Amino acid sequence: MRPVIEQSAAELARAVGAKEISARDVIEATLAQIDAVDGSVGAYITSLHEMARASALAVDRRIAAGEKMRLAGVPVAVKDNMCLAGTRTTCGSKILGDWIAPYTATAVQRIIEAGGIPVGKSNLDEFAMGSSCENSARGITRNPLALDRVPGGSSGGSAAAVASRQAVVGLGSDTGGSIREPAAFCGVTGFKPTYGRVSRYGLIAFASSLDQIGPLARTVEDAALIYEVMAGHDGMDSTSIDRDVEPAVTAMRSDLRGLRIGIVKEFDTGKLGHEIDALYKRAFADLRKLGADLVDVSLPTAEFGLATYYLIAPAECSSNLARFDGVRYGLRVDGADVGEMYERTRAAGFGPEVKRRILIGTYALSSGYYDAYYVKAQKVRTLIARDFQRAFEECDLIACPAASSPAFGFNAKSDPYSMYLMDYYTIPMSLAGLPALSVPCGSVTGEGAHEPLPMGLQLCGPLFSECALLGAAHAYEQASQHAKEYKLAI
Amino acid sequence: MTQWESVIGIECHVELKTNSKMFCACPNEFGGEPNTKVCPVCLALPGALPVANKIAIEHMIRAGLAFGAEIPEFSKFDRKNYFYPDMPKDYQISQYAMPLTQGGAVRYWLADGSMKECRLTRIHLEEDTGKSLHAGTTGRIAGSSHSLIDFNRAGVPLMECVSEPELHSADEAIGYLEALKRTFVQLGISDVKMEEGSLRCDANVSIRPAASTELGTKAEIKNMNSFRSVHRAIESEIARQIEIVQSGGRVVQETRGWDEGAGRTHTMRSKEQTHDYRYFPDPDLVPVEVDRELVESIRTALPELPHERFARYRGHLKLTPAQATQLIEDAALGDYFDACVSASGHAQQSANFVLGDLARLANENRMALYDSPVRPEHVGELVRMVESKTINSKIAKDLIARMWAGDGSPAAIVEREGLAQSSDVGTIDPFIDEVLRANEKSVMDFRAGKTNVLGFLVGQVMKASAGKANPRIVQERMREKLG
Repeated sequence: MRPVIEQSAAELARAVGAKEISARDVIEATLAQIDAVDGSVGAYITSLHEMARASALAVDRRIAAGEKMRLAGVPVAVKDNMCLAGTRTTCGSKILGDWIAPYTATAVQRIIEAGGIPVGKSNLDEFAMGSSCENSARGITRNPLALDRVPGGSSGGSAAAVASRQAVVGLGSDTGGSIREPAAFCGVTGFKPTYGRVSRYGLIAFASSLDQIGPLARTVEDAALIYEVMAGHDGMDSTSIDRDVEPAVTAMRSDLRGLRIGIVKEFDTGKLGHEIDALYKRAFADLRKLGADLVDVSLPTAEFGLATYYLIAPAECSSNLARFDGVRYGLRVDGADVGEMYERTRAAGFGPEVKRRILIGTYALSSGYYDAYYVKAQKVRTLIARDFQRAFEECDLIACPAASSPAFGFNAKSDPYSMYLMDYYTIPMSLAGLPALSVPCGSVTGEGAHEPLPMGLQLCGPLFSECALLGAAHAYEQASQHAKEYKLAI
Repeated sequence: MTQWESVIGIECHVELKTNSKMFCACPNEFGGEPNTKVCPVCLALPGALPVANKIAIEHMIRAGLAFGAEIPEFSKFDRKNYFYPDMPKDYQISQYAMPLTQGGAVRYWLADGSMKECRLTRIHLEEDTGKSLHAGTTGRIAGSSHSLIDFNRAGVPLMECVSEPELHSADEAIGYLEALKRTFVQLGISDVKMEEGSLRCDANVSIRPAASTELGTKAEIKNMNSFRSVHRAIESEIARQIEIVQSGGRVVQETRGWDEGAGRTHTMRSKEQTHDYRYFPDPDLVPVEVDRELVESIRTALPELPHERFARYRGHLKLTPAQATQLIEDAALGDYFDACVSASGHAQQSANFVLGDLARLANENRMALYDSPVRPEHVGELVRMVESKTINSKIAKDLIARMWAGDGSPAAIVEREGLAQSSDVGTIDPFIDEVLRANEKSVMDFRAGKTNVLGFLVGQVMKASAGKANPRIVQERMREKLG
């Protein structure tokens, strides 16, 4: 039998359920790995050793009592923008101080009810704003495959934890690519479901109309399993969709026969350099070898995605983050009056990227600019969604890069705009609310790199096409086996 | 000398009566220990999300339909962004671009019974804030060392009613407010208690030359905590503005606070602070699709509204404005009265009893008339017996006391105890003869011209007949016999 920490969630849950191994042993092995490697990776802001041990005992008791659980004993990394009762929740910011969440996010609660065990709260760019985890005020996370490089972001902590076997699966949140890009950088699968599929209750909001919780995992099947456990309507979130969740785990397939996969004309991989271009051409060819028909599709407005996103997301964030005011919880820096207290608290509590977005968003919503910026951005968002609708009349899924480069070095993206460009390929799907994932598709030798760096293939489908999407990704993953090429640097 | 017309618009905030708050499951109840009716949602803890209260939305539709407003098929919630310590999210969920109701009008009446109408700009739904308590001797923010916040009220559903500037006196403003209040009580959608803060209102007041159609510069008056203070504040503000303009000055646009003790308004914010609330649709809440069937079922179930009842009482039943108003003030009393009228067929006499002797007994016993043993059909019997002169007013008074005491049907009492009034000369004459015999001096006085003894003699007959003789017949027969 392979070591516990190498096994998939599906394998572990089966073994724990069959009492071949106890949840306690699974958790001890995972905690030992955290103790051994997290000093050099930095995936977690807060590790939950004691809570995880107590939870493991509880799971073992439930097993002994005859309960069947789909995630029995599975160690889970929880991005630190999700509330878990009794644990410090920081959003990677200073502004929350040592705030302890008094309640648990619905998605996390569903994982726990299914027997999953949170082992740590993982690092992220502050309030999920960033693509490298460098915007965290709570420490650095290193890419476990190349320690001198970033893990991506904003769900970089969960991606790094899963890649370095410090958790079997991780929870991330994706607003403009925050699950898919770090998954690509760390050589794992990252899946953003259709907007509204997974409840946002307890996910600390960045941009409410875009945020979506999803899994990071070492196999597509595990991603499907976690998705299935979390998805479904929640009365605590009005934007969660009241619609049946089709079984995703059983939708895994071994070929792509009968599928039309669209290649987006405007996403010319030739612009990404010879090596990356060749990698994606090979990936597309592999899809065809599996039986897919490749068709050319056009997303003429997709190029406006970035500009649109950087109006809508900051606008929503400027309002969502107003509540961090020093009055009720978290950091407070006193002042002569309440106004000064607000100013000092927020000046000290938020990092530069968060402040930049609050300012952009406040401006975009201001009287006199609202129509020119926010309203126009909403119109473009509708056009982008329509482009996808039209494209999906000609194809079943779309394939494209998950990111324009492999993981980069620390401080390599010194200006905000070059960092924003990292999400060029993921933002349009977010604006359209579509399900999309990144699955390993090989590696390239990055600029100045000593080792090959993973790349991700992004697949995207129409609204609610989770099963088709995960099924196709599984076929590609099983045929290509790219994850096996990746070597941990720890 | 110029005649001035005042122009008033009223903005009301009315807390809706629901079991739970607007966006969470916390109880919507007045009072309680501070911060005991709170949860992650109404405290705006990180990650918490609002879910709209369906009953509050139905109440809004009820209010809109009662005022003849349009109920659009789609409505949205917007965020009104500004920082304030007792507002937990630092934005208020409100409605800006697409409120649940648009237009409509409030029909109200004045003390003289005249009906008036004031159009509504809109009624929209929002959430209440918490309450700041300033520590220190004054209880005001100035001079306090620190403030404490009670979030029990945060998130309570709040209906904002904005009137057009179509009221022209303090009396009209009060008439309008009373009509709003009665309608909300009648619809069961709010308690409308100013003292508990479930009704709060601001008045926009301006003046203009009587013939003008342009609006003058307005002052917004705040801090009025009873209808009486609204009336006083508006009168005082109108007088202030007229004085300014007549002495050659100009009214400045500002927010003014009403000082109850001093009896005048004072500047609160000398220049209107230009707040940019950065309204935008709340992405946490899906647009409200207003189901047409729901609207129709609410419309069908609407009760008779106060202004409709007023028109009926005044028109068909010919009650006085004061009587009609009293019976509308307490809709259950009005229903009781209506039952009395249908049992008796006589509106005015029913109103006399319901608002007279019966109201006095109810008041003395601290019990609502409709909760007392006096049934409307009994009042009906009583009224019919009085109208048909079967009993006289003295017997009626006694009967009322006995009905209150639980003796049941007054007709049965009259029948059982032979209390029916007699107009039969054969029955009455022996009583008269007896009285005339026993009071010879009075008879002589009368014949000598002191006709005022007649009253005394009639009284004696009434006494002798145990109140059953018809006093009109007694008097007639007495004059004949003395004549």
